[in-house]
Amino acid sequence: TGNPPYPTDDPALGTTIMAVVYDGGVVMGADSRTSAGSYIANRAADKITLVHDSIFVCRSGSAADTQALTDYLKLYLGMHSLDLEEAPSVQTAAHLINQLLYSNKNHLMAGMIVAGWDKRNGPSVFNIPLGGGVIPELYSIGGSGSSYIYGYVDANFKKNMTKEEAQTFVKNAVSLAIARDGSSGGLIRTVTISADGVERELVLGDKLPKIGFGQ
Amino acid sequence: GRQERHLSFIISIHMFAVRESGGFDFDLTARNARLENDMKGALPKAKKTGTTIAGIIFKDGVILGADTRATEGPIVADPNCFKIHYITKNIYCCGAGTAADCEFVTANMSSQLELHRLSTGREVRVVTAVKMLSHFLFKYQGHISAALVIGGVDCTGSHLYSVWPHGSVDKLPFVTMGSGCLAAISMFEHGYKDAIEKDEGVNLVRAA
Repeated sequence: TGNPPYPTDDPALGTTIMAVVYDGGVVMGADSRTSAGSYIANRAADKITLVHDSIFVCRSGSAADTQALTDYLKLYLGMHSLDLEEAPSVQTAAHLINQLLYSNKNHLMAGMIVAGWDKRNGPSVFNIPLGGGVIPELYSIGGSGSSYIYGYVDANFKKNMTKEEAQTFVKNAVSLAIARDGSSGGLIRTVTISADGVERELVLGDKLPKIGFGQ
Repeated sequence: GRQERHLSFIISIHMFAVRESGGFDFDLTARNARLENDMKGALPKAKKTGTTIAGIIFKDGVILGADTRATEGPIVADPNCFKIHYITKNIYCCGAGTAADCEFVTANMSSQLELHRLSTGREVRVVTAVKMLSHFLFKYQGHISAALVIGGVDCTGSHLYSVWPHGSVDKLPFVTMGSGCLAAISMFEHGYKDAIEKDEGVNLVRAA
């Protein structure tokens, strides 16, 4: 049909990303698919990027743009924390990346979820959509796969869940999104952040939670 | 009148004579666009390597592989060119896309990293080379058509990365790039295993 048999598109994170506040921390989750058109450039990508010890960013949109943005954010947060002589707040991180995104909105395609734990405010989740703007939420979903799970997360989210409940909630939601969205897939990565530190978990593609579809 | 024209003539000569040093220069893009319009498609094509480049992490390090054909449209411009570029003693980089872009980007990076190595007094880490390359390519927003497979061994272990022309980076145990990447990755998905031995790894890369 005139398409060359090799990828010509810029790698994009089709994606399902989410972050949820539970009693004492946040759980962030993402799929692991990076597509260049219909070719999967990376089937085991890590879309949850560390920008400070207890602050992570879920990335969706252009792979190059979001990697560059989080690199800058990591630099600025590092310098800011030296000035502050303590860990920066999640709110600061969210607003910093928003300034970068909003000022360059015409040249960037990036939707991010900034989440983490800090001493002053405890666990926080901030959604930063495509055009910029910072929206603090108790739970946030993003990426192309998120469209398919709005109903599920709205119906099943509960305030002050335990850590295990929140982790199950995130894995189930991302699993449902992967089932319906062609641009999401691979494995599910989760990052749990609390006062006790950071826990990373992996759910392999063949061990996804069997939820829905009559299971 | 006549004096103004004389002055502007001198100024334009001055601008040509005094070039800013370093970096790429897109001054000729306007001329190229005009030529393309005038010649209506009969322009000579830039040497573009239709390419397969690949890399895997094996038990003791990294194996990089590439084909050696450089094409100018349907003609083989160079049947035996080098697509695996030296970056530092412990890091090499395969390049696909526009041959000139790959050549210059890798040579430029190699030079910068040698200076970096001398000023830090430390062996260059693969992640440093990758960050510098990806930031460089991101700055040019994909106009520098270099798709790279970078691998090397440093004090933190063996590492393999793929870098796309827009600047995104993927860190993986096996990668392929270029027009033959789909065929090559299928060989890797089939035959790759963790801590693969060197001989088996070399044969796998060769096959891919």
